[in-house]
Amino acid sequence: MTPARPRGRALLVASAVLVASLALGLMAGAAGISPRAIALALLDRLPLVSVHSGLAPVEEGLLFQLRVPRVLLAAVVGGLLATAGAGYQGVFRNPLADPYLLGAAAGAGLTVTLVVVFLGGDAGVTAVPIAAFAGAVGGVFLAYALGHTAGRGGGTATLVLAGVAVTSFLTAIQTFVQQLKVDELQRIYSWILGDVGGGWDQLRMIAPYAVVSTVVMLLHGRLLDVLSVGDEEAVSLGLRAARVRFVVLLAASLATASAVAVSGLIAFVGIVVPHVVRRLAGWSYRIVLPLSFLGGAAFLVLADTIARTVLAPAELPIGVVTAFVGAPFFVTVLRVTRRVET
Amino acid sequence: MSGHAVPAVEARGVGVTLGGRRVLTDVTLSAAPGQWLAVIGPNGAGKSTLLRAVAGLVSREGEVLVEGTAVDDLRPRRRARLIAYAPQSPALPPDMTVYDYALLGRTPYIPYLGSESARDREVTRSVLERLDLDGFASRPLGHLSGGERQRVVLARALVQQAPVLLLDEPTTALDLGHQQQVLELVDRLRLADDLTVVTTLHDLSLAAQYADALVLLAAGRAVAAGPPARVLAEPLLTEHFGARVRVEPGPEGRPVVHLVRPSISSMVEEA
Repeated sequence: MTPARPRGRALLVASAVLVASLALGLMAGAAGISPRAIALALLDRLPLVSVHSGLAPVEEGLLFQLRVPRVLLAAVVGGLLATAGAGYQGVFRNPLADPYLLGAAAGAGLTVTLVVVFLGGDAGVTAVPIAAFAGAVGGVFLAYALGHTAGRGGGTATLVLAGVAVTSFLTAIQTFVQQLKVDELQRIYSWILGDVGGGWDQLRMIAPYAVVSTVVMLLHGRLLDVLSVGDEEAVSLGLRAARVRFVVLLAASLATASAVAVSGLIAFVGIVVPHVVRRLAGWSYRIVLPLSFLGGAAFLVLADTIARTVLAPAELPIGVVTAFVGAPFFVTVLRVTRRVET
Repeated sequence: MSGHAVPAVEARGVGVTLGGRRVLTDVTLSAAPGQWLAVIGPNGAGKSTLLRAVAGLVSREGEVLVEGTAVDDLRPRRRARLIAYAPQSPALPPDMTVYDYALLGRTPYIPYLGSESARDREVTRSVLERLDLDGFASRPLGHLSGGERQRVVLARALVQQAPVLLLDEPTTALDLGHQQQVLELVDRLRLADDLTVVTTLHDLSLAAQYADALVLLAAGRAVAAGPPARVLAEPLLTEHFGARVRVEPGPEGRPVVHLVRPSISSMVEEA
């Protein structure tokens, strides 16, 4: 009755999938480094282990300065977006909630654009994560406040509509700002389409946000399960529902903000992955959250691998790949959930 | 019922304003330990709001005491160990299993970031067994019939192990047989565990048959309270329900309320 073992098995399978996709991501690329050499080079980096990989210094540099940070950043961003999506869905009890529908990404997009345009240069680059965080939180709360005042009783449909409104409003401002500085347009546009090639610096930059937000969300799995029976009942069960929502919302926004800051606006990960997880592993957020993290990480690593190999040596923006898979899936989910509800 | 004991649940001067509209004004009620109190009244009188106010789910004026303790002074988890509440139409996530749903009743006993203990699982299992739901434990809520659903909601409330049980229209959408089954079950559990039960019930005869005391709400005020035979008086019902009724004495002094169809002549008279 209590799925302790299936839960463990699901986590194991998901971890294995993630490891496999990380390996695939490391191997794929123009330089043609052998899997064996990669494995040996990685082993060599472990403490107390010393093996000779046979890699030339150039190859080793490519591996550790480009590919390793790239697959790791893709994994972290994918994990953050998917977990944040699951978190939003739990907070709003709306299976279609995702970070972008609620204005977080649009908020971050706007503030990042402002920073790139008005600060520019190095100051602009270092201010990006903070700007993205502030923008993401601002966007969500704008949508939340709007949905709250417009739809008394917390209609989730109203909330999604509020998110759509906030998103288009903020995007409009962003577009306006972009037009003021057309020479930055290319930079902003490629940022929006997504890129996980930021390297170790960016990985280090978001690491603390990523760890804190992920841990906080994972710890709230049981409480999100309690919330799934509705606010009133959760309160009657002694849960401070408003506080739980607030904490998870804050953590999910932090996760989204971190992801957006280093990767742009990568589409659909936050909604596709939690839904697949639910289909495969059930409703409980105690399993949906960790599996979303693992699944999101694997998904984005694979998407990035496709993005940089399909048209090699040219790269597709990663957001194009995720949307290409995600959009049809989204429609399918809409159709299926509608069938269940009626 | 001894009148000297501290009431299990007591509400004094409860007032509620929802969205600028005055829903309840100065409502007072009291139920002795082990008693069944039914809140009756016409649609929109504020019955459900009264229950929600007692459960602490809407902001209110006045005081609610459980076993003599003001619930406003209690932390939410502590309060939830004293008062269990089942809404009229609970949200039942269709994929959640009966067992997991019932287990939610242990929430007030689990630390904020903790997880269920062996005891929580044991309590849940034994409640499911008592309600003949053990065979349903792994069934998703979406696959239950109306009667089963009501029993599962009741199970969740019982798992809470609170001495006071608030049930908002526990028989809504149930057919006659299932209404009787659910109310008999509540009564059996009340007697076995010495629970104090407060329900809203729109069926006056059912309320009279099961409750020890009634509170008649009309336009947000308690206009009558006491044993069924006193509250279910024809003039009161006519005045507050706007219905023609005949009240007949029933078994054990519990009255039965009949609707009386206005005769053709009186309809002509009114026209």
